Amino acid sequence: MKPGEDITTASEKKSNPSRNIPLWVSVLIPVLAIGLMLLLFAYGNPLSLFTANLPPIEDINVERIRVVEDGFEVTLVNGGPDPVTIAQVIVDDAYWNYQISPSPTLPRLGRAKVDIPYPWVENEPHAIVLVTSTGTTFEGEVPVATTTPTPGVREFLAYGLLGIYVGIIPVGLGMLFYPAMRKMGRKWLGALLSLTVGLLVFLLVDTMLEALEIANELPGVFQGIPLILIAALLTWLLLLALSSQRKKSIGSDPARQAIYLSTMIALGIGLHNLGEGLAIGVAFSIGEAALGSFLVIGFMLHNITEGVGIVAPLVPGKKKPNPGEEQSNAKDSDPTKERQVTKSPRLRIFIGLTLLAGAPAILGSWIGGFAFSPILAVLFLGIGVGAIWQVIVEVVSLLRSYSKRDGTPFISWMNLGGFVVGIAIMYLTAFLVKF
Amino acid sequence: MKIFDRNLSNISRRDFLKMAMGGGLAVTGLAATENIAPSKDVSAKSDGDNNIINESQESTSQNHHGRPGTVGQVDHSANGFDPLTLLYEWDFGQVSQLPSGQTLREYHIAAYDKEIEIAPGIFFPAWTYNGRVPGPSLRCVEGDRIRIKFVNAGSHPHTIHFHGIHAARMDGIPGVGAGEIMPGDETIYEFDAFPFGCHLYHCHSNPLKRHIHKGLYGAFVIDPDPARHQGEDEQIARQRNHQFPESDEYNEMVMVMNGFDTNFDGDNEVYAANSIAFAYMKEPIKIKRDQIQRLYLVNITEFDPINSMHIHANFFDYYDHGTTLKPTLKTVDTIMQCQAQRGILEFSFKDFEPGLYMFHAHQSEFAELGWMGFFEVSE
Repeated sequence: MKPGEDITTASEKKSNPSRNIPLWVSVLIPVLAIGLMLLLFAYGNPLSLFTANLPPIEDINVERIRVVEDGFEVTLVNGGPDPVTIAQVIVDDAYWNYQISPSPTLPRLGRAKVDIPYPWVENEPHAIVLVTSTGTTFEGEVPVATTTPTPGVREFLAYGLLGIYVGIIPVGLGMLFYPAMRKMGRKWLGALLSLTVGLLVFLLVDTMLEALEIANELPGVFQGIPLILIAALLTWLLLLALSSQRKKSIGSDPARQAIYLSTMIALGIGLHNLGEGLAIGVAFSIGEAALGSFLVIGFMLHNITEGVGIVAPLVPGKKKPNPGEEQSNAKDSDPTKERQVTKSPRLRIFIGLTLLAGAPAILGSWIGGFAFSPILAVLFLGIGVGAIWQVIVEVVSLLRSYSKRDGTPFISWMNLGGFVVGIAIMYLTAFLVKF
Repeated sequence: MKIFDRNLSNISRRDFLKMAMGGGLAVTGLAATENIAPSKDVSAKSDGDNNIINESQESTSQNHHGRPGTVGQVDHSANGFDPLTLLYEWDFGQVSQLPSGQTLREYHIAAYDKEIEIAPGIFFPAWTYNGRVPGPSLRCVEGDRIRIKFVNAGSHPHTIHFHGIHAARMDGIPGVGAGEIMPGDETIYEFDAFPFGCHLYHCHSNPLKRHIHKGLYGAFVIDPDPARHQGEDEQIARQRNHQFPESDEYNEMVMVMNGFDTNFDGDNEVYAANSIAFAYMKEPIKIKRDQIQRLYLVNITEFDPINSMHIHANFFDYYDHGTTLKPTLKTVDTIMQCQAQRGILEFSFKDFEPGLYMFHAHQSEFAELGWMGFFEVSE
């Protein structure tokens, strides 16, 4: 290639006079052209024909409603192209006094906080309507009024515990199945990994839908859905890059490969649990979690399967390899080597995996409870989607290599059964937490 | 805005043709660019506005839990009409005598587009008669010849449809008589005023809902002619007729109950009597307790099947449609009206303790969205 390249540059030198212009000039020319264009549009108003008598477009987003002891605190974002002026506030079909800061006029992407002193009723819904100067209305809802927690030590601990209940404890409980899974033997390994895939597919769908739901509430200017897709894509590419690097560093040690895969699964599940923690934190803070302990128990049962899924790759294949097979597999560092591992990983690895998968739920419930930001939530959930996708790809490739090694079909009845059971458990236990 | 409106009030006596549509559009455009930010010291302002409310309710917890009502003040001078004076404003027309001896009353009404502030900071792109919502309260006497010169200086075809007795071609509806009056055109509606009572007029162009709720309506009161009534009725007719000194004993007011669908979703965001939300809350109607009160009440609220009026701590006699000289309901404190229903309320605060007496629609929703006010009764 090198000689060829030289030739092209040489010919360019001769034929293209632009080569003689210094770099800074060639950068300056398009920049100046862009500047001229902007000036023309800013001052010349060539589109006046279209916009002469159009009313301003108003798009106010009610980002957050905090219920405080003597009323509501509403955070607004102007997601529209024009400044918007809030003229009046209606609470439950009644005009109500309010204060707005810093200004009743919100510039594009500007924010304002509206304080509405109001005698709200515990456990009952309230509707807040903001009327702009043009008479356009924007609605916010308090589904069940109860005081929004303010970050204090007690609340911090309470929401932290919530995260532990729905994240760490169930994942840890699920891992307790590990000894039993070891005893089940190799025959069941494919089914167990398939169950993990089923679980992950359910989580992928769930995370995606959760992300879409929050994205729909974002002001249009933040482009929620592209944000999810791009976050997912970038995460996936990042993990691909990491995994190709891993092949160099880990080499073909099957034990380390198994732990790596478990770590990846734990990471993906952790990101999903972050989203779950967010949802639970928000639900508790806006009083929707009147279901209380029922909801928490539901999430615990729901998430136990995650623990099972994480440790499935750690189950070693016990069967001694026959010589022919060994030979055929010798060249590629394929994960089936794992079958030679007979020793269980150390306890601290299990603890680490539990924390990786479960602890984000704590973080999530803190963020959801005290500082919910829809943009961050969408971003995190998008990352979760990308991570879970990559984990599915890796577990499936492991399964595929097992089937190649054993000469069994990839989609065997056993594997399909495991997959179905994984999805079914997640779907059915979700009955406890979806409402 | 202000300069322009001052012009309008002068012109309203003249022909509107010259200003036509351009003027209406200019008003809308100007108002849109004008920044009406309800000021930074919103709290201070609203405290000032609602002092009266607090005193009357003698409640400190009210402050703790916030107060109902709008924040800020409507600029009545920019609107070109003040709900407090609008209560007492009657357009008697230009009065002359026909050769037959019949009284002729000539009115000038022009329809044009105008943005009005219906609650502090909320601007509504209204269609108006003579620049105000409700339009001028027309007043005449039973049997008078009514001649209305109607000019459409608005941006859409409009009409004036009177509730009263008249020929089909004077009905002010599309396709009959002059039909819809196109922007820039004009017509004359002419008929004899019958029957006496409390009536209304409104635009009947299609789509009707839009033309009504945009603001094209007003009160139309025909006083009974004592000469046409005998005995006791004659005396009552004198008290009802603005031309007779007997009627001076009465403090006469007109209220048109209306609503505004500011976001055009088929549901009103603002309710009021005479257009401005909570106007009589922020500035109570001052009345002398010894004077008898006569309230001409018209309901033109769009989208809601009925509206109502309730007066606190008092009872009144009610004349449905005002077409009788004896009350149709005696000693009631709440009446309801469907759209275009109207009537006369007569009451007095004689011997009452001075103070603030509330009145409002007894649909709490309408009341809390603006249709609420006070009579400030003094000795």
